[in-house]
Amino acid sequence: MNRRLFLASLATAPVLYSAGETILIRNAKILTVTRGRVDGSLLIRDGKIAEIGASVMAPAGATIIDAGGGFLMPGIVDCHAHIGSDAINEGSISVSSMVKIEDVLAPDDIQIYRGLAAGVTTSNVLHGSANTIGGQCTVVKMRWGKPASQMIMAGAKPGIKFALGENVKRAGGGTNFSATARYPATRMGVEDVVREAFNDARAYQRQRDEYQTRLAKGERVLPPRRDLKLEPLVEVLEGKRLVHAHCYRSDEILMLLRAAEEYGFKIRTLQHGLEAYKVAKEIAKHGAGVSTFADSWSYKLEAYDAIPYNAALCMKAGVLTSLNTDAPVTQQRHLLQDAAKTQRYGQLSDDEALSLVTINPARQLMIEDRVGSLEVGKEADIVLTDKHPLSMYAKVQKVFVDGEEYFDREKDIRNRAERDARRKALAEKLKPPPAPAQKKGAR
Amino acid sequence: MDKTAQGAGAINCYPIPFMTRHLVLTALLASGVWAQPAGTTVIAIRDAQIHSANGPVISKGTVLVRNGLIEAVGDKVSIPPEAWVVDGAGLHVYPGLIDPLSTWGLPVAAGTGRPTQAPAPGPTPTTPAQLEQRIQTLDDGGPEERPSNTSWVRAADLLDPKSAALVSARNAGYTTAIGFAMTNVFAGQGSAYNLAGTRAGQMVVGDPVGQMVTLPVRGFGGGFPGSLMGILSYVRQIYIDADYYKAAQALYSQNPVGLQRPAYDRALDGVIASPRLLLPASRLAEIDRMLRFGKEMKQPLVLYGGAEAFRAASLLAAAKVPMLVNLRWPERERDLDPFIKEPLRTLETRDLAPSSPAELVKAGVRFAFYSGGVERPADLRKAVKKAIDAGLSKEEALKGLTLYPAQIFGLDNRLGSIEVGKIANLTIMDGDLFDEKSKLKFTLIDGSKYEPAPEAAPANPESTQ
Repeated sequence: MNRRLFLASLATAPVLYSAGETILIRNAKILTVTRGRVDGSLLIRDGKIAEIGASVMAPAGATIIDAGGGFLMPGIVDCHAHIGSDAINEGSISVSSMVKIEDVLAPDDIQIYRGLAAGVTTSNVLHGSANTIGGQCTVVKMRWGKPASQMIMAGAKPGIKFALGENVKRAGGGTNFSATARYPATRMGVEDVVREAFNDARAYQRQRDEYQTRLAKGERVLPPRRDLKLEPLVEVLEGKRLVHAHCYRSDEILMLLRAAEEYGFKIRTLQHGLEAYKVAKEIAKHGAGVSTFADSWSYKLEAYDAIPYNAALCMKAGVLTSLNTDAPVTQQRHLLQDAAKTQRYGQLSDDEALSLVTINPARQLMIEDRVGSLEVGKEADIVLTDKHPLSMYAKVQKVFVDGEEYFDREKDIRNRAERDARRKALAEKLKPPPAPAQKKGAR
Repeated sequence: MDKTAQGAGAINCYPIPFMTRHLVLTALLASGVWAQPAGTTVIAIRDAQIHSANGPVISKGTVLVRNGLIEAVGDKVSIPPEAWVVDGAGLHVYPGLIDPLSTWGLPVAAGTGRPTQAPAPGPTPTTPAQLEQRIQTLDDGGPEERPSNTSWVRAADLLDPKSAALVSARNAGYTTAIGFAMTNVFAGQGSAYNLAGTRAGQMVVGDPVGQMVTLPVRGFGGGFPGSLMGILSYVRQIYIDADYYKAAQALYSQNPVGLQRPAYDRALDGVIASPRLLLPASRLAEIDRMLRFGKEMKQPLVLYGGAEAFRAASLLAAAKVPMLVNLRWPERERDLDPFIKEPLRTLETRDLAPSSPAELVKAGVRFAFYSGGVERPADLRKAVKKAIDAGLSKEEALKGLTLYPAQIFGLDNRLGSIEVGKIANLTIMDGDLFDEKSKLKFTLIDGSKYEPAPEAAPANPESTQ
C-alpha cells in the first residue's frame, strides 16, 4: 500500500513548491533582460512576480530561498520545438491544417523535464516540416508531471506551421517524376500549394458570408459544411492565427512574404531562416520575425550559406529575432550557449543575447506581456543559475513555472541513486524466466 | 405445487423459439459435440456450486435451463421429469464468459490476434481484410470517398460459425464475444454473438453495440490520415459531417423542393447508427487524451487498452467512462537489446499494469477484461489470475468476465449473470474458475451443451501478432 502511494505520488506532480506559495529569493543577481540587472531579491506571490528590488521585505509565511549570489533570469522561451507530442508530422498530404498538436500532447515525454533542466519554461510545440501547410501548433508551459490540459498555455494566440524547401519537396516521395509522388516536388510547387490553399480558404470564407446573407434574407438554406482544414486558414486570413514558417533560403523567404502580402496576411515568424540575413530588410518591412539557429552551417543542402552572424545581422536590421532548437533535433540545453555564440560573433550586449531566448521569442508568440522577462506582474517563470547564464560553466540550479518549482538540480542529483536502485530492483523482478531450451531450428 | 414448479409453469407459457429447437437438432446432427438425449430442451445442473455473478454464491443448488433460457436457479429448485439432469456435485457453474473486444469467429481473426498485414488481395474480397484493402485501394474510395472508414460494416454480417477460433474460445470457457471485424480508423459496428451456432444469424445477441476506432498510423506514403493527430482530426471531421448529414437530411425530408439533395454516405450512416464509441487508450496520457476527445465527440464512451489505468482510475471515475482492460499485460519488447536500460516508468507500468482492475474497482470504475493480444484463449485465465494476484477479488474478476462486459454494452438484460430469464450461457468447471488446476467440464450456449473439443493446430505463431 505504501509502495502504491509512493508510486502514485511519483506519477503525478513532482512539484516541489506548490502553487500559490509565497517565495522570496534573496541574494541573487537578477537579470531582468528588459530592465537591466538588479542585485537583490525577487518575491513570488500567487504565481506572479510581485516585487524585485535591492531589498524586499519577506511577507509573513513566505518561503525564503537563498540564491547564494547566483543569477536569476526569465524562463527560456523556445519558439520551435517538437517535444511533448505523440505525433509530429501528418506527412500524407501537403495541406494538413486540420491536425492539432494540442490533440496529441504527451506530458510524459522526458524531453519536457530535460528542457526544464535547461531553464526552458515555455515551448512552442510545432507540427513537423513535411508539409507546405502543416498542423496547428500549441504553446506549452513546461509543467512536468501535469496532464496535457494543464501544459497548454491558456490564452496564447493559436499558431500554424508552414514549411518550405527541401523537406516539403522530398517528404512526398522525392523529386522523381513518379506518379505516386506527392505534390509538390519543387519550390515552384510549394508556392502553388500555398496559393491554392488560400484560394480555397477565400472561397470557404465567401461561402460562409453568403450563407449569412441568405439567412438574413430569410431563405431556407443549409449552412456550409464545417471544414476543419479551411477554418484555420480563414483564421490566418483574418489575422487570428500566427504563421510560423519553416524555411532556409532567401528566395523562398521572399516568395512566401510576397504570397502572404498578396493574400493579405502576415507571416509571424520565419523558422530557422538561415539565409534571413540576405533579405533582412525585406523581412523587417513585412514585419516577420526570425527564429534561427546559432550556426549549423552546411548541415543540409539548404544550409550552405548559413553564417553565425545571422541572428545579429537580423537584429541590427530591425527584425524581431530569436534562437530556437527544433528539439529534440538539437537540444534545449544548448540554447544559452547558442545565445552566447551569437553574442560572440555578433558583438551583442548581454541583454541582447539573453533576449534571443527570452523576451524576443515571447514577442514572436505574442505572450510578451506574460513571460520573457523578469518584471513585476509577469508570470513567475524564473531560472536560477550558479554563474552568469551566458557562461559556458553556468548550471541551472532551480526552475520555477508560475511560481511552482519544477526543477531543482540538487534534488535531482540526490534522487538519481534512489531511482537507479528502484529501476534495477524492478528490472530484476520483471526479468523474464529463462527460456526453455529451444529445439534446434525451432525458430 | 411448490414455488419452483410454478416458476417452471410460467416459463412454459412462453412460446418455444423455433430457433432454439433448430439449433439443438442441428447441433446434434452436425457438430458431434452434442451429448444430451434427443428432444430434450430442458437441462438441470443439480448439486453444483453456483456463482451467479450478481448475488451470493449458492454452495449447493440447481440451475434449470429450458429452451435456451435460464428458467430457475436456487438451492430449492424442483427438477421437472422431462429434464436431462447433470449431476453437478463438485462442479462450479458460472455465467458464460464474455470477451468484450474480440475477433473470434470473424474471418480476419487468426487466434485472438489482429493481423498487422492484410492477406494478399484476391479477385473478390472474401475476408474483411481483403474487403478493407479493396475499399482502400478503390480509386474513388467507395460512394462516400472516405478513407479508412468501414463504419457501416457489422461484425454480425461477417460471422463464420465454422471458425476454429470459436472452438478454442469455448474450450477456454467463453460463450459470448463482442466482435469487431476491421482495423480501420472507423473499424465498424461491433456485434455481440454467442460462440456457437449453425448459422451466424442464430448466434447474434446484440447489434450494433458500438463503433470502434483504431489508430492505424500509416506514415507518409499511405494516404490521409497517416498520423495520430491526423486520425483524431479525421474522426472529429466525421462527427461534424455526421451532424451536418442529419441536419441536411432532416431539412430535405421536410420538403426537397428547391434544395440540393444530401449525398448518400454509408460511412456517416454507420457512425450515426452506433450507440457508443470505443477509443483506444493505454498510457495515462492517452486515457486523459481520449476522455477529453470522446467528450468533445459527445458520444457515450468506452475506452480499451488500460495498461496504465492504475494511474488513471480517478480520471476515469470522474468521467464515468468504463475501461476494457487488455489481458495481454505489457511485456518486455521481444528481442530488445539486453544492454538497453529501460526507463523506470516503463518498468513500473509493466509491474503494476495487472493492478489496474483492482484500482478501477476501488475508484468505482466499470471495467471488463478483453482477450486483446493474448494468442491462445487458454491463456486468458492465467492473465486474469495476475490481476487477482495484484489485488482484485475473485468476485470482481468474475464480474469483469461476465456481468460488467454485458453492462458496458447494454446487454445485461440478456447476458452476464445466472438469473431467471437470461440466456442460458453457462460455464461449468470442475473447480474454482481461478484455480489453475481447474478444468472446463462443458459450456452451455443458448442452452446447448458443448464439451471441450480438440482444437485445430494453431497457425504458425511467428506469423501472427
